[in-house]
Amino acid sequence: MAGLAASFGSGAMTNAICELEQSDTIFIIGSNTATSHPLVATRIFRAIEKGAKLIVADPRKNQIANFAHLYVRHKPGTDVALLNGMMKVILNKGISDDKFIAENTEDFEAFKQVIDKFTLEEASNISGVSEEDIKNLAKVYASADNASIVYCMGITQHTNGVNNVKTLANLSMLTGNIGKPGTGVNPLRGQNNVQGACDMGGLPNVYTGYQSVTLGDANKKFAKAWGVETLPTKIGLTLPEMFSGIENDEVKAIWVMGENPVVSDPDANHVKKALEKLELLIVQDIFLTPTARLADVVLPGVSFAEKDGTFSNTERRVTRVRKAIDPVGESRQDWAIIQDVSNAFGYEMNYESPEEIFDEIADITPSYAGISYERLEGPGLQWPCPSKGHPGTPFLHKDGKFTRGKGLFHAIDYRPPAEKTDNEYPYLMTTGRVYAHYHTGTMTRNSESLDFEIPEGFLELNPADAQELGISDGHKIKMASRRGEIKTKVMITDRVEKGVVFMPFHFEETNVNKLTNPAYDPIARIPEFKVCAVKLEKA
Amino acid sequence: MDYRNTLTTCTYCGCGCNLFLESLDGRLTGTIPCKTGPVNEGKLCIKGWNVHQFVQSGKRLTKPLLRKNRKLEEVSWDEALDFIASRLKHIKAADGPDAVGFFASAKVTNEENYLMQKFARAAIGTNNVDHCARL
Repeated sequence: MAGLAASFGSGAMTNAICELEQSDTIFIIGSNTATSHPLVATRIFRAIEKGAKLIVADPRKNQIANFAHLYVRHKPGTDVALLNGMMKVILNKGISDDKFIAENTEDFEAFKQVIDKFTLEEASNISGVSEEDIKNLAKVYASADNASIVYCMGITQHTNGVNNVKTLANLSMLTGNIGKPGTGVNPLRGQNNVQGACDMGGLPNVYTGYQSVTLGDANKKFAKAWGVETLPTKIGLTLPEMFSGIENDEVKAIWVMGENPVVSDPDANHVKKALEKLELLIVQDIFLTPTARLADVVLPGVSFAEKDGTFSNTERRVTRVRKAIDPVGESRQDWAIIQDVSNAFGYEMNYESPEEIFDEIADITPSYAGISYERLEGPGLQWPCPSKGHPGTPFLHKDGKFTRGKGLFHAIDYRPPAEKTDNEYPYLMTTGRVYAHYHTGTMTRNSESLDFEIPEGFLELNPADAQELGISDGHKIKMASRRGEIKTKVMITDRVEKGVVFMPFHFEETNVNKLTNPAYDPIARIPEFKVCAVKLEKA
Repeated sequence: MDYRNTLTTCTYCGCGCNLFLESLDGRLTGTIPCKTGPVNEGKLCIKGWNVHQFVQSGKRLTKPLLRKNRKLEEVSWDEALDFIASRLKHIKAADGPDAVGFFASAKVTNEENYLMQKFARAAIGTNNVDHCARL
C-alpha cells in the first residue's frame, strides 16, 4: 500500500468492484483473480460479455488468463521491465494523455527520462515477453476510454514490490486512467479484513485512518481520547523487524491475535525458532494452529459467526458482521479478551458492545466519522465518509484531484529479484493459492467439503522439466531452497513454463514457506514470496 | 424449533460478500447468499457456500491453555488473564514498552483491531503493532 500512497496519497483500491463492469479494458497483473477473488472475477467476466478487452500478465497461466484477449507470460520478478516497456511504446506512439499529465501530475520529466533510456528490446529480453506482445499490451491498455488495472500479491510480494506498484500508478496516470468510474489502480486485498486492520491502525506508524503517530496533533488527540498523558512517537517495528528484534534480545513478548506466522511467513524454520525464544508468547485464536502450539498461553476467541462488528472489504466498504450463534465452549469475544487483559494489566476499559467501540472509532477517525451501525443497515458505506449525511466514496481521486494534491510520477528502473537461479538451485519457485483453500488453511482445512476438494499440497511442474527429472504426475518430489526442504506431490501442467514451479501455501504438512525467501522490500517490508531459487529431485 | 437467518459478511477473502448464516436451535446448518449484497448480488464461491462448516469443528479451542511443565494445559480465564497481566507488567518494567510486540489481524473485526492497537499504545506504550497485510 506504500506505493499507492506515495503516488496518489491513499493506499486503497481506487475504484469500486462493480465499476469493473464499466471498464472497456481490464489489465490484470499478478492476480489469480478467478481463484482468490471469485466475485471480483464475476464482474470481469460480465465486462468481457459486454465487449471489454481483458489483458493478463502473469508468470503462471492462471484460470482467468484463459479468457484473456491477450495473455503474456513474463518471468517472475520482471514486472517493472514489462511495464516500463509498455510505457515506452505508449510514449513513442504518442498515445499518452498529455492533458491529464500536465494538469494533474508532477515529476513527469524525471519519470520520462528513465523510460527514454530504456529500450523495448531490453524490456523483452528481461521479461521474456516478445516485443510484439508488449506493443499489443500497450496499445490495448492505452487506447481504452476506461481502463482498469487489477493486481494482487503477484505484484507486491517482491523485494521491489513498492516499485512495482508505483510503476502501475505511473501507467494509469500516463494514460489518464484514474479518477473516473471503471478505471484506476486496484489492489485486491487477500484477507477479508486486511483493509480494516490497516484502517484501524494495526500498523507501526499510524493510528486509525492513517493518522501518523509521529505528528504532534494526532498524538495529542489520541492521548486525550484514550485518557493517557503521552503516547509513544517513535515508529514501531514491522513484523519482520519484530522477528529480528527477538533474535537481538530486544523483543521479549509477542501477542498474536488470529494470525499464523509459522505457516504464513517466509523461512518458517527461522520464524519458529524466534517464537520459541520469546519469554512470553500469547496466541489468541479459534484453533490450536502451529503458531498456537508454541505459545505460553492460548486464549480461545470466537469465529465471525459468533460475533458482532464490522469488516472493511477491499473496495473500502464497511459492512456489518452479525452474531448468528453463541460462542463455542468457554471461548470469549475477541474484543472482550483484550478488554479483560487490559483491565487485569491496569488500563481500564469498560465497553459493553462492539457498537460502543465503533462509535469511539468514528469520533477520532475523519474517514469513518459519518459511519454508524445504524447507517450500516443495508449495503454498507465506502470510506472516506466524513459526516453523517455523506453518501460514502465509491471511487477516489475524482477528476484528477488526487488525495495528495497532484499525482506523483516515480522514476523507476528495473531491479532483479533478490535471489537468482544457479547451477545448484536451477528452478524459480513461486507461491500462491488454490480455489478451495484460504491462507494458512486453519479454516478451510477444517471444513469437510473444502478439504475434500483439495486435501493436500502439490507442486506444479512443466511437462518438459518433469521429463528431464524422470518424474510422473502424482509422484513425490523433494524440493529444497537455500533455507529448507520439503517433500510433496507433483502435478504436471503447462500452467507453469519450463524452469518455473508453483506451489500453494495452505498446507502445513507441506509448508512451502520453509523454502521462501525472507528478503523484503525496503519500504513496505513485504517479503519476496513470489521468487525463490530451488532444486528438485525425485523422492 | 428455533430457525434463524442472520445477515453477515463472509470471513474468507477481501471481496466482502454478504450472506445469511442459517441456524437451527443454536447450531449453524448452512449458508445462503444475499441477493442485495452489493459485491456478490446473490452469488458465492465454493469457500463462501461452505463458510459455516469450520465454525463448529470439533477442533475448536474451548478453554484457555497455559504452558505448565512444558505442556499446554486447560486453565480458567482468571488464571490465564492473571498470568498474562503479571508477565506483561514484569517485561515492561524490566525491558521497556518496546520489548512487547503485537500482531493485529486481518481476520478479526475493525473494533477488535482498534482495541488491540489501543492497548499496545495506551496501556503498554509501544507502536510495535503490525499484521500480515504483507503476507
